[in-house]
Amino acid sequence: MSEKQPSVGTYILVFMALLVLAALTTGIAYVDLGPFNTVIALAIAVVKMSLVGLFFMHLWYSPGLNRIVVLAGFFWLALLVSFTLADFLSRTWITSFDLAPR
Amino acid sequence: MSERAASDALPLLPDQPAHSASSVLHHQFEDIEQQRDADNFGMWVFLATEMLFFGGVFTGYIIYRTLYYPGFVAGSHGLEANLGAAMTFVLLASSFTMAMAVHAAREGKRGMLVGFLTSTIILGIAFLALKFTEYIHKWHEQLVPGFNFHPALESLRGAPERSVELFMCFYFFMTGLHALHMIIGIGLLAVLAIVAWQGKIPRENYTRVEVSGLYWHFVDIIWIYLFPLLYLIGGRYQ
Repeated sequence: MSEKQPSVGTYILVFMALLVLAALTTGIAYVDLGPFNTVIALAIAVVKMSLVGLFFMHLWYSPGLNRIVVLAGFFWLALLVSFTLADFLSRTWITSFDLAPR
Repeated sequence: MSERAASDALPLLPDQPAHSASSVLHHQFEDIEQQRDADNFGMWVFLATEMLFFGGVFTGYIIYRTLYYPGFVAGSHGLEANLGAAMTFVLLASSFTMAMAVHAAREGKRGMLVGFLTSTIILGIAFLALKFTEYIHKWHEQLVPGFNFHPALESLRGAPERSVELFMCFYFFMTGLHALHMIIGIGLLAVLAIVAWQGKIPRENYTRVEVSGLYWHFVDIIWIYLFPLLYLIGGRYQ
């Protein structure tokens, strides 16, 4: 473990950034951006996650091994989501039951 | 008996420190840094499994949201976005105090460590209190699948009742699973706060605090996704 760690100032800056981003997510939800509402909300979530991971969880300062574990987690998660979605979305006989007559 | 006698007779290894801090450094590790790396690595591996544990629910959410989008929008609009935002702020603040607790432990400042651990616990409890308030609201609105699901027509917003019910299932399951993790985290931190108050967390070995912090931040990250995914579907501008 490298001896370098974030300073209190870094923590405060990151915290402020997180608060601003949280407010931004909430605010943007009230603006009509069509499909981009979801895209922007998720993009902000990714930025917030990165800030927490890199600074609060010290990944920025951690040995590469820990970062590989994180990447491996994301890799398997991507497999899980993409293969499941590929299956569901390619089956044309599965449609939303919302559209079916009741 | 003879075995013990034999081991007693073994000479000390040459590189063995005369008065090793055995309570701090476990015997299987070369030095404190290696021990700390191993502790952190172990926690990260656990968190990777947690990612996939939550990942299963998120995958289910993505699929059903795709299939029943109108119901998910209607269900999401029935949630209180301001309450969700308030919970987000509280949880982010708790992550900040947790990071400061780890910092205090690293600096060996006992009072500061106890203070920040206690603030993290209080913020965690505040989050759960808000969550519980929201659950009660959902009960009064009769939006609890399985137990009390008789929503008023306006809360369906034109979507089929069954697909709104499906959304509420995801809402309760995802937030419930998250709340369970919060309760476990609060328990962990409560034990840490007591141990820290007793002065039993040495500056040389604060990995217990560090590793609990990783867990706490992970739970925070889950909420960072749950907030937009549950409360803000389809925007709020209608």
